[in-house]
Amino acid sequence: MSNKLSWFNVTSLTLGFAFLYIPILLLVIFSFNESRLVTVWGGFSTKWYGEMIRNQALMDAAWVTIRVSFLSATIATVLGTLAAITMTRYARFPGRLLFSGMIYAPLVMPEVITGLSLLLLFVAMDFSRGFWTVTIAHVTLTMCFVAVVVQSRLVTFDRSLEEAAQDLGCPPAKTFFAITLPLILPAVVAGWMLAFTLSLDDLVIASFNTGPGATTLPIKIYSQVRLGVTPEINAVCTVMIAVVALGVIAASLYTKRVEVERERAERAAVAQAG
Amino acid sequence: MPAPSAAGGPTWTKWLVVAAPYLWLLVFFLAPFFIIAKISLSMTAIAMPPYVPVFDSLSSLGEKLGELSFENYLWLADDPLYWRSYLSSLRIAFISTAMLLLIGYPIAYAMARAPKSVRPTLLMLVILPFWTSFLIRVYAWIGILKPEGLLTVALQALGLLGPTEQVQIMNTETAVFIGIVYSYLPFMILPLYAALEKLDGTLLEAASDLGCPPMKAFWVITWPLSLPGVIAGCFLCFIPIMGEFVIPDLLGGSDTLMIGKTLWNEFFSNRDWPVSSAVAVVLLLILVVPIMIFQNVQRKV
Repeated sequence: MSNKLSWFNVTSLTLGFAFLYIPILLLVIFSFNESRLVTVWGGFSTKWYGEMIRNQALMDAAWVTIRVSFLSATIATVLGTLAAITMTRYARFPGRLLFSGMIYAPLVMPEVITGLSLLLLFVAMDFSRGFWTVTIAHVTLTMCFVAVVVQSRLVTFDRSLEEAAQDLGCPPAKTFFAITLPLILPAVVAGWMLAFTLSLDDLVIASFNTGPGATTLPIKIYSQVRLGVTPEINAVCTVMIAVVALGVIAASLYTKRVEVERERAERAAVAQAG
Repeated sequence: MPAPSAAGGPTWTKWLVVAAPYLWLLVFFLAPFFIIAKISLSMTAIAMPPYVPVFDSLSSLGEKLGELSFENYLWLADDPLYWRSYLSSLRIAFISTAMLLLIGYPIAYAMARAPKSVRPTLLMLVILPFWTSFLIRVYAWIGILKPEGLLTVALQALGLLGPTEQVQIMNTETAVFIGIVYSYLPFMILPLYAALEKLDGTLLEAASDLGCPPMKAFWVITWPLSLPGVIAGCFLCFIPIMGEFVIPDLLGGSDTLMIGKTLWNEFFSNRDWPVSSAVAVVLLLILVVPIMIFQNVQRKV
């Protein structure tokens, strides 16, 4: 599209981004408020961060959440990448339509349905609820997001390198690890990050599937939010936002660097050939 | 010669690649729907788990079939709370999807028209809130909208509200709409932007060279070509909004009925698993057609 922005375009962008960012900014600002009242500025203070760290229940919940998110994102990335390969490389196998249906449906399925149905499965299987049930639930949800992210990379993937390797006698598994995986790695990393943050943030599915000793941070935050807005919760939210924002920015810088390096390598290869 | 595939080769590796995610989704995504359907046909009981009958195995299925009851569904049809929740969810989902399209389209359009060098930054700015917790973003609005909140303070400072007046938005449907539009805006902008970015600018130039006014060019060229993005964005928002729980629970009042909240209360407060299963099954039936359309759109993209 053309490169001239009208005043209407500029206004929509300004208002749009103001709408998206002002609430989050206010939340971050008021986490540094001296006063307990969330609306009155009582001076700069980091005391709520201290309170937060001394709150053992909150810290326990944070630790559970990090473990669940790390484990579920890792399993989801493996399964989701395999699912993406299946969707792009295997044109026909029995039940392909069902398979793609099961990949896309969880993306939009209301969380109350996914959460409740999984819980009923665990109860029917007599599986005691806790850390593992939340982890399995999160893998099921997030692997579909990973599949979609990796699939979008695989669709634009140039297969000639793989074919060249195989023509030269490289076994398929080795071809995958030596050529395919490095090339799709940025998408796999992005998929892992998305899975990790989705798991970190999930309240509804975790609430249905949690058990004793597996209270996650969103469940803890939710129970406190119902009692009212406190600066301590603002501090917790600020830390979560900072972690996610840093992760996303780091991942995008990494992706950019990988691309720049690849371009440089390609140019060097061309120069050498010439 | 069959096309070589990176993960394929020997048949067993190929089958492993397909089978691992396939089996996982069959067991943890598809199978639960049969269980939810089964339990929605059971009777409530004061026990753990709080329902009878439970099928022990497939062999006992026949004899247990007689004990199935449609009582929960009759109950849903009977109690106005449920059908009013469904209707209210549909209404809220429709209105907020329309609002999202109205607000999201100009933003996506401006992003697609921006110089190529700033587009990645703009895209990042839209994606970043999408990575931030839903719960946190909804929570941020409580501090703004509550009667003694920041909006009241700001309006009082501007002199738009008297010193004793307060905004009465919290715990109303307006607050729910604000929360939904805020939370789902990235979901609407991203597919719209993807469709608009692909648009060939020369088409618009040709139209203007031939004397087509910009407004007409928009409706004749831009809008029809962006329709796949519009459809994807609308379904991506509409379907999850139908079952939304966090937003109506935290921002809405007791008179804001939404089916996700009703299901949650049925499950956590009343501990009525069969009725909440029946609520979920009916919600699923309502959403089957939209979900199928969404999948068709996704497959084509």
